[in-house]
Amino acid sequence: MMESLFAHIAILPIVLPMLAGIVLVLIEDRHHRTKLVIDIVATVLLLVVALALLVNVNNGGPNLSTYRLGDWPVPFGIVLVADPLAALMVLLTAILALSTIVFSVARWHRAGSHFHSLFQLLLMGLNGAFLTGDLFNLFVFFEVLLAASYGLMLHGSGTVRIKAGLHYIAVNLATSSLFLIGVSLIYGVTGTLNMADLAHRIPLIPEESRMLFEAGAAILGIAFLVKAGMWPLSFWLPTTYAAASPPVAAMFAIMSKVGIYVVLRLSLLLFGEGAAAHPGEQWLLYGGIATIAFGTVGVLSSQATARMAAFCVLVSSGTLLAMIGYENAGVTAGALYYLVSSTLALSCMFLLAELVERGRSSEADVLAVTLEAFGDDEEPAHDEEIGIATPLTLAMLGIAFLCCALVIAGMPPFSGFIAKFAMIGAVLNPQGLGASVGISITSWVLVALLIISGLAATIAMLRAGINIFWVTFDGEVPRVSIAEMLPVLLLLGLCVILTVLAGPAMGYMQATAQYLHVPTDYVGALLGEGGMP
Amino acid sequence: MEAILAISIGVLAGSGVWLLLRPRSFQVIIGLSLISYAVNLFIFSMGGLKTDAAPIVDGIADASAYADPVPQALVLTAIVIGFAMTALFLVVLLAARGLTGTDHVDGQER
Repeated sequence: MMESLFAHIAILPIVLPMLAGIVLVLIEDRHHRTKLVIDIVATVLLLVVALALLVNVNNGGPNLSTYRLGDWPVPFGIVLVADPLAALMVLLTAILALSTIVFSVARWHRAGSHFHSLFQLLLMGLNGAFLTGDLFNLFVFFEVLLAASYGLMLHGSGTVRIKAGLHYIAVNLATSSLFLIGVSLIYGVTGTLNMADLAHRIPLIPEESRMLFEAGAAILGIAFLVKAGMWPLSFWLPTTYAAASPPVAAMFAIMSKVGIYVVLRLSLLLFGEGAAAHPGEQWLLYGGIATIAFGTVGVLSSQATARMAAFCVLVSSGTLLAMIGYENAGVTAGALYYLVSSTLALSCMFLLAELVERGRSSEADVLAVTLEAFGDDEEPAHDEEIGIATPLTLAMLGIAFLCCALVIAGMPPFSGFIAKFAMIGAVLNPQGLGASVGISITSWVLVALLIISGLAATIAMLRAGINIFWVTFDGEVPRVSIAEMLPVLLLLGLCVILTVLAGPAMGYMQATAQYLHVPTDYVGALLGEGGMP
Repeated sequence: MEAILAISIGVLAGSGVWLLLRPRSFQVIIGLSLISYAVNLFIFSMGGLKTDAAPIVDGIADASAYADPVPQALVLTAIVIGFAMTALFLVVLLAARGLTGTDHVDGQER
């Protein structure tokens, strides 16, 4: 039984949320509590599966587990690939999902219809995008997660959300067209959509078709960069993320990372070491630098905490893109560590943004109305709140905000610092410590920008913190329930664990980066004889 | 046949992009639909154009006598997804019209 279950573990992160999502659609919205329980149980199961997957793929070094749907041989059928990077992303998704769901228990899950089913379908799309080994399948999973995100974006309703949602949907529909054009151009040139087969066939492309292929890859790349939020393709991101309801925004924190993930995977797999020259490497580096600069200015200029967090997402995306542009295993390892740490912290920041600003905005009134419309059978459960005017709530929020800001800004002692240290160290010593090589101007600019962006984040967070926690106290203490505090503490706790266990974590990232930079393992495992059914 | 297909894809895509950049939300949705038609034709054409060729191989060795079935499968998926997304966008468009009282994409006249 266990053996057969393990053979199918690579598809469980997709099937589990799909089934949960379907079941949740069938239950009426009146039964909040039932839906909530199903949602939480499904997400906890997903977390367990993701952990098992992570252990499974690291059984004695990077160890891919492939899953051929319908047992078709690889270049013909659809294949799922669970490798250390995919498993890490699935685990990160599951952690964010669980904390988001717990956060929404207090009130948000009742602020609109079908929250839980959309949420599970979003998880299905995310996990599918991480696990798939096929370009067109990637498109399908992207559409699944986008369709769910459109619904979630509008969750809670209100004019601001509808307006931001309209732009968000229009941008993403146009981007999906680019995605399809890129995919079909690549298919037209190479005759395959399987990523491993593609990596295998790229060196064989005749010279006259080479340009067509690169055009296809570039169009595909633009589609992902829009999702990752590279400047100037990122104009939609801050408004959307700031307008989304807090649990949704917290989950969206990983959605921009899907774009980053695909860029990382495809650029290393298709244009990595040993393959032909990378046409987009410089673009990633310069685009990333421009994104950091734009995000930094945005962070400094934004007033609302949620908007500030959205610009921090841009800074994080820019940093990761620039690091991917380096095409160096050491830099990639630091970037992966940064990806995990910054996603956790940003997600936490979106949750905190609402808690600390609660009572200061008119948002609360709108929410009260929508809650009344959707949640009439249940008494608002306020009995579990920590207290009315106790400073404990404020103190806890303040400390959480401080820790979160430290991680995002990359200040010691938390994981953000280690991440930035690892990245900058690797950028300045691409050959490892001791080997002296010239450092290009671009590297200096990037390092300077990384440090300045951290400084800007510190200034902005300080300003926000002073405005929120140190202003004259006018009796409006945010009412925070335990269910809302728990996920914040969980996410921050994970950042602390990531700091304490920095050694093993960095080791994992380095092994993953090494493995990613040698795509022959990936290609061999898929096209060779090996692989589970 | 190639020229006709290429021109129609170009006209559809060009009109679609122009409409997409217009300020009225209805123009945007029509623009997105036109773009998705252009993209669907484009995907279809990527398998190579063949007249009177079946996409299903029944054991005969000469593959050049058959049309490529993969783009046909892809285009089917793309049509379904595009259709669903257009419907969803239409709902949001109506919601925006209802809430803001204008059909400008920014929710306010300039």
